[in-house]
Amino acid sequence: MFAIVRMGRGALVELGNVLAMLTETIAEAADRIRRGRPAFRWSSFFAQAQRVGFDSIPLVAMVSFFLGLTMALMTGYQLKAFGTDYLVPSLVTISFTRELGPLMTGIVVAARVGASFTAEIGTMTVSEEVEAIESMGLGPLRFLVGPRLAAVITQLPCLSVISVVAALTGCFVICQTYLSITFPYFQELVIQSIYLKDVLVGVVKSLLFGLIIGSVGCYKGLTVRGGAAGVGAATTSSVVTAITVTIACDTLVNIITVVTE
Amino acid sequence: MNEAENDQEVVRMEAISLAFGKEKVLDGINLSVQRGERLVVMGQSGGGKSTLLRLTMGILVPTSGQALVFGQDVARLKRTALNDLRRRMAMVYQYSALISSLSVHENLALPLEEWTNKSKEEIDGIVQDKLALVRMDHVHTKLPSELSGGMRKRIGLARALVLEPELILFDEPSAGLDPISSTIIDELIVELSERTNTTCVIVTHEMGSAFRIATRMAMLYEGKIIYTGDPETFREAENPVVRQFVEGRTHGPITDHAPA
Repeated sequence: MFAIVRMGRGALVELGNVLAMLTETIAEAADRIRRGRPAFRWSSFFAQAQRVGFDSIPLVAMVSFFLGLTMALMTGYQLKAFGTDYLVPSLVTISFTRELGPLMTGIVVAARVGASFTAEIGTMTVSEEVEAIESMGLGPLRFLVGPRLAAVITQLPCLSVISVVAALTGCFVICQTYLSITFPYFQELVIQSIYLKDVLVGVVKSLLFGLIIGSVGCYKGLTVRGGAAGVGAATTSSVVTAITVTIACDTLVNIITVVTE
Repeated sequence: MNEAENDQEVVRMEAISLAFGKEKVLDGINLSVQRGERLVVMGQSGGGKSTLLRLTMGILVPTSGQALVFGQDVARLKRTALNDLRRRMAMVYQYSALISSLSVHENLALPLEEWTNKSKEEIDGIVQDKLALVRMDHVHTKLPSELSGGMRKRIGLARALVLEPELILFDEPSAGLDPISSTIIDELIVELSERTNTTCVIVTHEMGSAFRIATRMAMLYEGKIIYTGDPETFREAENPVVRQFVEGRTHGPITDHAPA
């Protein structure tokens, strides 16, 4: 019981620190804008966006393709017995637009990008580079956290779309080979199952997951203590925390949307 | 311009104390640094010398007392004013702290790009000048990881110079270097300070280096400044702690009465 209370208190303290980091990042960016300068370097933003977005496409697409394929196969196998296998494309479409697309993307990006944010910023913290940026009066948070956060928040919705498309491709493979659903019928079923509300929920989730992954990744990097071993421990902790919080946030958004429906 | 600047006093520490938890690192430091001076602060490793520099930069905040830099209390400054103040000073780190993902040229160009409206050609010119000053103008495109420790230190010094600061803080500028590289760095500091009247605060425990650079010296011991004076008086000081430190003896008040 005490352990749970202690863990809860620890989580609240960390949450407070992450919020403080975000507030500071915004304040530092505002200081730069007041001086008539950009909040962060655009070149840095584009480099990060490529890393987070473009470079993640193969992994996100592959994971989603196989998941879409498996989902179609499993549900098709069950529904075929009742002659309702035409529901499979709708099922995969709805699941991926509002739930699995953003979630799978979030998990993949947390593991791939969140870890690299922590390792990179953590190494910079240990080697006093972050402090050097601060001592030059450049604002280390807006300089390091700003472009990374902006990149991950803007790229996650794009990757979610790719995830949905890849999952539907996987689903179509099964529909074509196992369920005898032709492409025009498949297309019609998919289009009928895309609801604006689902898409909006998916986009909101993606933005939130991006914020979570970026914040956790950068925060864990900035708070590294203890050299190389510290960087390793922080990277592991970053991935675990980001995935756990992403899934928790997903559940919370689901509860809110179901309750308000 | 305020009174402190008229007085040519660049840094003034008034009863500065700093504790990390229960561990007291600095205990009532009073110190003043005049314009154009090269003050060397000496003391044992882990004795709070680098902490003193971080307080001056406003990276750490004292538990009590105040650090005035150019007449302004750094701990009380708002972000914008603090960054403006940091624009007038620079720090040279013990392990250089160059940004590892940027080339040498990009490392030096960074403060100029972020702080000034100079054109790319002007920035390239300044970077070239500063690299030539530290005799490193052949490594523009190299990454810091491709350079030796001594080379990185010189690049770190060049980076500190690009914005032509009025005050430079050096954290162990010659520690871990071979005697020749160490002397080159020391001579650069002296030459630079004399040519541009730049104020320098150097923390070190290397005696040879300290005597080469200093116009004034201070001894930090058990969180207090126990002695200040010019290098000559320092060398002949009667204070037993200073004597033991200067002579590097294993027996004396420092080792017989280790700090709690």
